[in-house]
Amino acid sequence: MAQANTHQAKIQFGYRRHSDQDRPGQAPAEHPVVIVGAGPVGLSLAIDLAQRGQRVVLLDDADRIGEGSRAICFSKRSLEYWDRLGVGDRMVAKGVVWSVGRIFHGESLLYQFNLLPEDGHKRPAFINLQQYYAEAYLVDRIQDLPEIDLRWRNKVTALEQRNDSVALTIETPEGAYRLHAQYVIACDGARSSLRQMVGAEFAGQVFEDQFLIADVKMTAEFPTERWFWFDPPFHAGRSALLHRQPDDVWRIDLQLNRYADPALEKKPENVRPRIARMLGHDKFEFEWISLYKFQCRRMDRFIHGRVIFAGDSAHQVSPFGARGANSGLEDAENLSWKLDRVLRGTSPASLLESYHAERSLAADENIRESTRSTDFMASNSHQEARLRKAVLSLAKETEFGKRMVNGGRLSVPCSYESPLSSPDADAWSGGPPPGCSMLDAPIAERAYLTDAFCKDGTDFTLLSFSNGTAIDVPDGVRNIRIGGEGGLADPSGLVAKRYDAAPGAAYLLRPDGYVAARFRHPTRAAIAAALSQAQGLN
Amino acid sequence: MPLSTSSNFARPDDAFRAIVEAHRGFTEEQSADFDAALVLILANHIGDIDVLREAIGLAKRRMIDGQQQQQQQ
Repeated sequence: MAQANTHQAKIQFGYRRHSDQDRPGQAPAEHPVVIVGAGPVGLSLAIDLAQRGQRVVLLDDADRIGEGSRAICFSKRSLEYWDRLGVGDRMVAKGVVWSVGRIFHGESLLYQFNLLPEDGHKRPAFINLQQYYAEAYLVDRIQDLPEIDLRWRNKVTALEQRNDSVALTIETPEGAYRLHAQYVIACDGARSSLRQMVGAEFAGQVFEDQFLIADVKMTAEFPTERWFWFDPPFHAGRSALLHRQPDDVWRIDLQLNRYADPALEKKPENVRPRIARMLGHDKFEFEWISLYKFQCRRMDRFIHGRVIFAGDSAHQVSPFGARGANSGLEDAENLSWKLDRVLRGTSPASLLESYHAERSLAADENIRESTRSTDFMASNSHQEARLRKAVLSLAKETEFGKRMVNGGRLSVPCSYESPLSSPDADAWSGGPPPGCSMLDAPIAERAYLTDAFCKDGTDFTLLSFSNGTAIDVPDGVRNIRIGGEGGLADPSGLVAKRYDAAPGAAYLLRPDGYVAARFRHPTRAAIAAALSQAQGLN
Repeated sequence: MPLSTSSNFARPDDAFRAIVEAHRGFTEEQSADFDAALVLILANHIGDIDVLREAIGLAKRRMIDGQQQQQQQ
């Protein structure tokens, strides 16, 4: 159980009556966007939309931030998103920064990897941070944004799709009321009740093996790295994971027998000896114990009429790879700018279809990667176990064996085959192609390209490399110019290098930092064409 | 480059014998372990996923043919 007194973040919130509840049933309040679920995804999406000037109603059926650490690994990409939402510094200041992982087999180290082996990025590969901190900081940020109306203990109990809106029935401690929303975003987690209300299937693969998560509090000298064991001496024949969180809390994940009795295994008196064997001592306290089986699955369609699904409600993966919360945050960032444009009427509603296209592709990739990791850890057949054993033994003396060992492939931004991208017309030998996320690089001492990108909120941006001639940038597109008079510096040459850019080149970035198009010799017409493609106007 | 099925060894019997003899003295279980390691080493040496898939397909056809023969018996 999470102990509220071990952290300062506010976790309990009061229900407050809203004037919407006093309206007569036949004239419910109308809202542009209602987000259901105040987890990391719903909170981030609400902030993003509010920063774009949208009014948002955010509903949550609880009155507190969930217990237990749950998601702990937040990726570079997620941190960059949180920078854009004004909470990145706080997350990183509290979080435990890491980039190195070690894989052990038995007693010996098989290999180690560095997820961010190069300098010149604002954010590290990952931070570890208990989900309750992340949520608390997001809730704090919401206090600065009057556009967001966060309503605790508001539970959606019915949903009716209409031509021009969605009608929601919401249960509160003081009875039910109704709301109309132009769009409803379901961020209500893996057991999404909205998913059931739209009648969507959520089928996929169920893994039989059980895993025990224990977050323990102790002072320890382990380095801040991700340690993963196959067949460790303290947990023979199975896998184990050790990972540090803030406040001297350590995440321990032990693979259990698929026939283990969950009620029995969860009892602290049964967990304690296992962990003591792993640590070599029993000077620790439990913060949270959870036993789980996992599933890899996704909805066929992330969009059902005017109800759009994001995060765990739309897709679920195994935890090995940090692809759950991070992919949900990518959903939020992908959806936010599109929904904003549709609500403003600057793009047609069909732009939202690209959210489904891009993020369902990402979900497939995350499911594939995390399924492979899980299969590697918990082999399904005798022969699969045999091949795994061969890989582990080859890893001791060969590089290719090390690379085949799969103890989790950690989350990186997905590349989209997207209808919004304009394919390369020029030859490029590097840099992020259309459909890939922008890359960071330094533009001064302790200042980065990702800072410049979100300086005044995020919008379509032309990242151009000066050759002395000004580029004629279409209206509504910001310009970040590297080099030339008044342009940003490239002190280490890394901006030009990471973008494979000679003077004169330009990248058109979407508001979510993805590359829409790039040009060796941009013309106004070519930029304008790529822009309307990316805005769903073609 | 497609999977090569022409004879690539100057002395094919040497290659066949080398593999057969490598298994000498192994139990069935050890032989299977050994084959698993050998397959992974050779697959990595080929280093071409299309060629590997073609090889898997060719090997799989033996299994299907074998099953059909069994059913006919």
